[in-house]
Parts: sequence; C-alpha cells; structure tokens
Amino acid sequence: MKIDRRSFLGLGLGAAAGVAASPVTWKLTDDSSIWTQNWPWTPVPRDGEVSFDDTVCTLCSGNCGISIRKIDGRAVKIEGKKGYPVNDGGICLHGISGLQYLYDPSRVRFPMVKSGDNWKQASWEEAIALVATKIKELRKNGMADSLACVTGSDQGSIAGLYKRLLMAVGSQNFYTTDTMDKSWEMLIAKMHGVSAAAGFDIANSDYVLSFGTGFIEGWGSPVNNFLANSSRKERQAKFVQVEYRLSNTAAAADVWLPAKPGTETDLALGICSAMITANLYNSEFAQKAGKDFDAFAKLVNEKYAPELVSRTTGIDVSKIKNIAVEFAKAKAPLAIAGRGKGDSAGSLMEFAAVHAINCLAGNINKVGGFWTLEKQPALTWPSLEMDDAATKGYAKPPVGAMVANVSGSSGAGTSGAGISGAGIFSAVVSSVSGQTTNSVSRLFEVVNISEKSPVELLMVYNANPCFTLHNAKAVKDAVNKIPFVVSFSSYMDETSQLADVILPSHMFLEMSQDIYSGAGIAQKVTAISKSVVTPVFDTKNPGDAIIEIAKAMEGSIASSFPWKNYDACLESVTGKLWASLSEEGYVASELTPPATSVAADFSVFANFSGIPAIEGEEKSYPLTLVSVDTIRLASGVFASSPFAVKTVEDTVLLKNDTLIEINPETADKVGVCHGDYAVISTPVGEAKVRVNVFDGIMPGVVAMPEGLGHSLGAAGEVVTKDGAGMARIVGATSIITTTGGVSSKTGALENRYIGGKGINVNDLIGPVTDPVSGLDVAWGIRARISRV
Amino acid sequence: MTQDNHGKAHKFGMVIDLDKCTGCGSCMVACMSENNVPFKEDETNKKDSLTWMTVFKLTNEKKFPETDICYMPRPCMHCGGKGDHGHSPCVSVCPATATDYGYDTGIVSQIYTRCFGCRYCMGACPYHARYFNWWDPKWPDGMEEYLSPDVSPRMRGVVEKCSFCYHRYQEARDRAYYEERRDNIEEGEYQTACTQACPAGAITFGDLHNPEHQVYKLVKPDPHQCGKPRNPKAFRLLERLQTNPKVYYISEREWVRKAGDNYRKGEWGQEKQPVHDKGHK
Repeated sequence: MKIDRRSFLGLGLGAAAGVAASPVTWKLTDDSSIWTQNWPWTPVPRDGEVSFDDTVCTLCSGNCGISIRKIDGRAVKIEGKKGYPVNDGGICLHGISGLQYLYDPSRVRFPMVKSGDNWKQASWEEAIALVATKIKELRKNGMADSLACVTGSDQGSIAGLYKRLLMAVGSQNFYTTDTMDKSWEMLIAKMHGVSAAAGFDIANSDYVLSFGTGFIEGWGSPVNNFLANSSRKERQAKFVQVEYRLSNTAAAADVWLPAKPGTETDLALGICSAMITANLYNSEFAQKAGKDFDAFAKLVNEKYAPELVSRTTGIDVSKIKNIAVEFAKAKAPLAIAGRGKGDSAGSLMEFAAVHAINCLAGNINKVGGFWTLEKQPALTWPSLEMDDAATKGYAKPPVGAMVANVSGSSGAGTSGAGISGAGIFSAVVSSVSGQTTNSVSRLFEVVNISEKSPVELLMVYNANPCFTLHNAKAVKDAVNKIPFVVSFSSYMDETSQLADVILPSHMFLEMSQDIYSGAGIAQKVTAISKSVVTPVFDTKNPGDAIIEIAKAMEGSIASSFPWKNYDACLESVTGKLWASLSEEGYVASELTPPATSVAADFSVFANFSGIPAIEGEEKSYPLTLVSVDTIRLASGVFASSPFAVKTVEDTVLLKNDTLIEINPETADKVGVCHGDYAVISTPVGEAKVRVNVFDGIMPGVVAMPEGLGHSLGAAGEVVTKDGAGMARIVGATSIITTTGGVSSKTGALENRYIGGKGINVNDLIGPVTDPVSGLDVAWGIRARISRV
Repeated sequence: MTQDNHGKAHKFGMVIDLDKCTGCGSCMVACMSENNVPFKEDETNKKDSLTWMTVFKLTNEKKFPETDICYMPRPCMHCGGKGDHGHSPCVSVCPATATDYGYDTGIVSQIYTRCFGCRYCMGACPYHARYFNWWDPKWPDGMEEYLSPDVSPRMRGVVEKCSFCYHRYQEARDRAYYEERRDNIEEGEYQTACTQACPAGAITFGDLHNPEHQVYKLVKPDPHQCGKPRNPKAFRLLERLQTNPKVYYISEREWVRKAGDNYRKGEWGQEKQPVHDKGHK
C-alpha cells in the first residue's frame, strides 16, 4: 500500500483520535502522578484508639502533672495535666518534649561494663554482681567509708535507698548537688530556728521583689510562676527585678533595677536601712530580736545607708528609698532570692539580707508572704542493721565535709571580703543543727588534691557532676581518679562516659517513684509517678537496682533491704500516704499559711562583712562573666531535647558556637562586632566563642548560657553480647545495627542534637565556697575577652 | 457529609497577649510535637528551620538600661485577604490549589500531596509563616514511634505551615455531629496545641464571629472593617497590607504596637485607619 499525503494525515489523525479516546493516556498520567506521590520513606503513623495516662514530670524540681496522649497504647504527646496543683494544665517546652527523652539516641540500652576504652554489654546479674563484689572487697579491707554516692536530691525513696545502702555498708559519703533550696533551708534554720522548707506564696503576693531570680526562666516551679506572672495585672501586683541584665524576667517586671553584679546583698541591706530609718518596719520581729536587731539596725545604717549603697550598686538613692517604701506599704510583700533557675546555691548571707527585708515587713507565714513549710512527709523506713564494718566505716567523717583547717580549700575563690578566717566557718556550721554540710564540690576537690583518691567507689544517680558542677574539667579529673565509678544514668552523659559500670535507669516515663512537687511555691505536693510506657530498653528502676545490689551482698546489708522489689518498698515506706497516693496520684498540702509563729534571729549579721567575692583579679580580668539560665535550654541533669534546641535563638547558639552576650560599649572597648569570633578567658579556662551584641546587658558584664557544651555519646566501641553482631562505634559516629539478641537496637549512643554544641560555661567558672554554709555559691568569675 | 452551619460560617482566630508572653517557647514545642514537625542536627539556620510557630524577639532599640524586649509568637495568620473575601496572599498565587481558603472556618489549608514545591506562596506570604522541606524528615532510631496519626509527616519538596491544628477542629466537629449537635462546637472543644500548652495563658483561641467567645471579647473585631480590632491595645501585623489576619496581638506598650507595622517618620498615631473604600467613594 502506498502511503500518500492524504492517507498519512488520515492515519495520523486517526491515531491521535484513538489515543485521545482510549483511557490509556489518562490512566498512565494518573498512575504516574500517584507514583510520584508515594513516599515510602515518609512514615505513616499507626492509627488507633485514643487514651490518656497521667503521671508527673521529673525533668526539673517543679514536677508538673502531665497527661500522656496515647494512640492504641502508643504514647504520642505529652500535655499538661488539668487541675494538678502545680501547673493546672500548663506545661513547659521540656515537659512537652518528654517523649524525645524516651527515644533519645544517647540512651544506654543495657548494662555496660568498661573494658579498656570500649564498652561491653553485660547482663543485669553480671553487672550487679560486679558492683556488689567491689563493695564487699572494700568492706573486707576496712574501707567501707570509701564508698560515695552523688545524687541530684535527697528527696524521695530512691535517694533514700541510696543513702540507706551507704549506711548499711558503712559510709557517710552521701552527696546531693547544691541548690537554692539548700540555702533557704539553712537560712530558715539559722534565722528562725526551725527545720523547714521555704515556701513562697507568690500567687497571693501584691509586691514581689526579686533579687536576680529567673522567676519566669525556670526558678522554682516554672509553670506556676508563669501563671502567677500572668495574673499579676488583674491582681494589681507589682514585680520588681534586680538584675544586671535584661533577662526575660527583668523584661516582664514592672520595675527593672540593674544593680551591678555581686551587689545584690548591698542593695537588699540598703532597702533594710531605708525601711528602718523611715520607721517602716514591723516592730514585732524587732522587739523579739531585741539587742540583735539593734545591732543589725546599726550595721545597715552605718554601712549600708541608701546613699552608700547607691555608689556600690549603681542604683539611685531615690529608687532605693522608693522600693523600701513601696515594699513596706504593700499588703503582702515578698522578697525572693536564688539566681537563675535556682539550680545553684546562693551565698547564705545574700539570702539572709534578702530575707531580712521579709522579716522587716513581717510578712512571714501570712497570706502572700514567705512561709516556713513543714518538710516533705517523712518516709517510714524499717530499722537498719549495721555490722562491725559498717559501724566502723560510718564513724569516719565524710570526705567532702567542710572542716575548718583544710589548707588551700577552694583557693582563690574564697579570697573575697567575707572570709575572715576558718574559725567562723566551723562555728557557724556547727550551729546549723541537723544540716548536712557534705559538699559535693569539696568531695571532688579533695579527690583531686589527695595523692590517692579517698573514694574508691563512686555511685552517681540522677546527677551529672561532670557537666553541672563548676570547673567541670577538674570534676572530670577527679572522677577519672576514682578507681571504680558506677553510673545509674539513663543517658551516655559526661559522667557516665567516665564510669566503669553503667546500670541504666528507666527514664521518668518508664518508672514509678515518689515525687515531691512545689519548689519555690507555697504548696507542697506529694505524688506517685507510675510507668506510663513500656520500657524501651533493657533498663531498670534504680530502686530495684539498689535493692538487688544490697541483696547480692548478703548479711546485714541484705537484711536491711527486706523488700521483694522497689514497688513493694515504695508501698511500705510511704506508709499511711500510700492509700491516697495510689488512688489519687497525689496529695497536696493546704494553701493556708503555716500556723507556726516564728521569731527572727538577726544575730546572723553579727560579724557580717560581705559575701564571698567571685574569683579573679580585676586587673587582668576587667570583665565579669556570669552564667545565665534560659528557659529554652535545660541546664541540669538532663540535656536539652532536639525540640528545645530548635527553639534556641541564633543569638545564643550559631552552628556549634556559643554566643556571649555583651553590651555595645563593651564590644567597642574589646574591638569586636556582632557575630565576630573572640576568646574569653577566665582564671579557670578559656574558650572560643562568638559575640552577640545586646543593649540589655550592663557594660562590663559578659553573659553565657548554661546548658550548652554537652558531649553525649560513648567514646570507643560498644560491644554487644551476641557474637553474631558487634556494634562498632568508632568515635561514636556511625550507627551499625545488629540483629537478634537484646541488643537489636544498639546505636552510637550519641546525641548530636545537643551534643557537641557550644561551650559549657561551667568549664570557665570555678567553685566559690560560702564560708557560712559551705556550699558552692559561684555565680560568675572575672574574665577577659580578646579578639581572634 | 453535608455541612450545616445554619448559615453562619466560623471565623477561627487567635489573640496573643504580648504582655503575658514570657518567650518560653512552649507554644513552639507544643506545635512541633502535635504536628509531627521534624528536626535536624543543626537548627541554628533559622531560614531552613521548620517552626510553624515561631517566637520572635523584639527590642525597643534603646540603650542600657532603657532597653526593653518583647516576645512575639507568630503562627500562620490565616489571612482573609483584601476585603476578607478569602483571597489570602498565598492562596492567590498557588498554581496547584495546594493551599486554599476554608470559607466555613476561615482557615487557610495546606495539602501536602498537592504541593509541588514552587514556593510562590512563601514569596507571597508577608509574615514568613511558610516553610519549605529541603530534606526528607528523619527521626533517630525508634523515635518515629511517637508520631501522631492525626497529621501526616511531610516529605521533601513541599511547603508546610500552621493549620490552626485543623485536625483538632475535625475531631471536635466529628464529635459534635456524632452527638447530634451538628456544627455546634463549644469554645473549649476546639483549641490549638499552642493555646492549650501556653503556660502563661497568653494565647486565646476561638471563633471571631461568636460574641460569646473570649477572642471576640478581647479584640472586638469590627465587622465593617474586615475584623480590625476595636480594642485600642490590640493590633494585627502589617495591618495596612489589608491581608486581614486572624491573629491579633495585645500589648499595653506603645512601642510594641508600633512595631507591628511599618510607619514613616511622624506617621504613627496620625493615620491609623486604613481606607477600605474599594475604589468608589
């Protein structure tokens, strides 16, 4: 057949019509568009029935009630629990991120024993037997007291079990990290002569005078404070913030008083002076205190008159007097102290000066005032058996006890004005009855200065001293020097990296425990948390681990731990509370002021001559470096979650660099611009940082955020149990998943979302020991910035 | 399912009290957690960081110690566009109808599977509320377990943004229909994740058409001026663009209100009424 023009066109048109009429084209187009919309690598979350499960968040001392939303039993979201006394439905960013802590890549997945530079997976039986054997050996050699334990707090039955184990073994070396709560408790004991916790009825106060607290940046119970801050306008309450930097708290305050760093005590005493001079004080306390009050009045009027204080603090005389008048005339005034989140202790005399304002106003144990709260309900422990070795060991003083004549103690840090000799210290310490003077900073210092570590075995639970303590590098050296370190951390953090054995704990959503909420507020809440998710890894409740260690040691130690497991222990030690706790989840104290009337003892101010100065000389270090707490960065035991890191501004963290905050004036003097690299040096260390120029910070002050500079992950390899697959983690960078066995999820144990980012400010600031309390009260250090 | 709004469409909106906001970032994280927003190892380049809700930090640019700061949370504004007719800047330019205006709710949607990533909408949005997925989302081992089935995780190459937690509206509406209340949703039944989480209680959410709702009481939207607030302390961002956002801000501080728009020198306080004459007088 001949194809002419006509037939060619005819065929072409026919084909075109055929194709157009057939569904094939449309089908193919449709298929390809569907195909391009298949993203098999994008997860499709499983659907199911919605349920809620309640527990308590323990990421900070606020301990908010939380509600976990589950889909078909799978936890998908954490929300604030409505009606819970502390937070009533509100929740902070860290609490919401709780589930990221559950699946954190740096979680320790099974018990591990260090061998050389690497880690070997162990079974729980092996790991516990190993620890028990080590302790047994120590006891056999008469070194029971060389067992030490560091925990985040001494509240609750789990901390109680650690303390009990130490006692049964024969050691007084039980340490908790220093917090503002400790300072407040010591102060209450000294000034009011009672053993009580500090309560702040902020929600009912109409005038809050805050000395450098991070009131809305994590101080006390953060969410409670947010609520109190929001209701301020309606309540017509005033908030005054004393701080050298325009923090979020200062920005939210009605009045911002930028007193020079370290002069807060002077300002507080200046306000006292103005109140006394104008006769604007409650005479009740003054009369009861008698001569001591007269001495106090004389001290503040002679040395801290507003005119004098104005010079040191940089605050106008009229402003000081004005604050004094307003405070005295307010219905329910309240002065609060505790820098930043209150995660560190404060100088006892600074707290005393602030609290003197409360005493002068007389608003103690009254609505809207300062309350002396009964401490958390005591747990009922069965009697403890101590054998000979234990009794002998327990008779020895703790390594980190603050004793008067330790030469070279805390070095330059205590060279400030306030220290007039060791004599005062020992006298004062002994007058604080019933207070522990075990200092965790001192413990590591003694380990460092001793030829052979006096601590043979260190247990660390719910604490990360190698990150959170001042001069973290020196703490690491000390931990390295301790022959055997047992970590109970859930994460491969700075301290567990240096451990010899890790007995990984459940994270808070996986375990039951008793929790004491209400830090920094007037209400105390006792709660029971429960396991709301199935443990993801081969971890244990640390309470169970301790009971098992005790049982493995047999004899009097085992019989001091008669419970079958931790849950049985919890039920028995909470005693009468158990019934209501297990039913309601929590028990809250009344929101009425304590009925106890207290006197104020002003004799604490006898011999007062200032608070410990920060470390360093002004000549070589013209600037003052301060560590600042921000709500968006977790700065305690837990590192920030990926979500939290995402919220951090690029003026705080840029790529892997910390930015230091300085005033444009300071920047001009140093010769740096915003974003420039610079080196910051202090007597303790130096670091390369970038510069953030901000008008809201006082010239001469350098601010650096807490919570950066983490390293999370195992150096070396993690060798799993099943010979089939070995997880090789070289430099903790690659993830090689093994199959089978317990260890199917073995990863690098590295968290790169916060790990390796920025500088840990605690590497630049050394501890400063408060001569009165023996606590580490450093809040800054002298520093120098140089251009790169 | 047919919708019966009794002739009254909703107009969901948000009011943020900037004097209560403490800049804590809970809203940002609540949003990320609710909406399966992924994260990367480095999130310090804020231009490629997916944050449907972002908290900006404003300063009054005065020297120490006169400095003041204000935090400003910024979700999607769910603009009604000029004349509040639903011609939002982004909706107007989308060639794929991947983003659309819900006339029954006033919510601007984003349909990921329709979006092919041209990013016209990002260019059109005056609030930088839209984000592009430059990478596929990646969660650390096991973390995918916490993803919520209510919101589909997005893939590389599409734009995403705040949806006013539309899935929560769907859930509330479904429940209302199931309970034979039709579309009568109580104020508390539909709240966004950020509103629910805000520990300062700075965020209020509700129906701007319903005088009973808190949002209405707070700003008193003027129906004759496309919802412009009648409360003198309330404002909308870039009001003069006539995008008619459904997110309102409240502040007692003048400098903060002033920061909400661009003013020529001497203009602030003079000409505050935008002209809505639609060209004929």
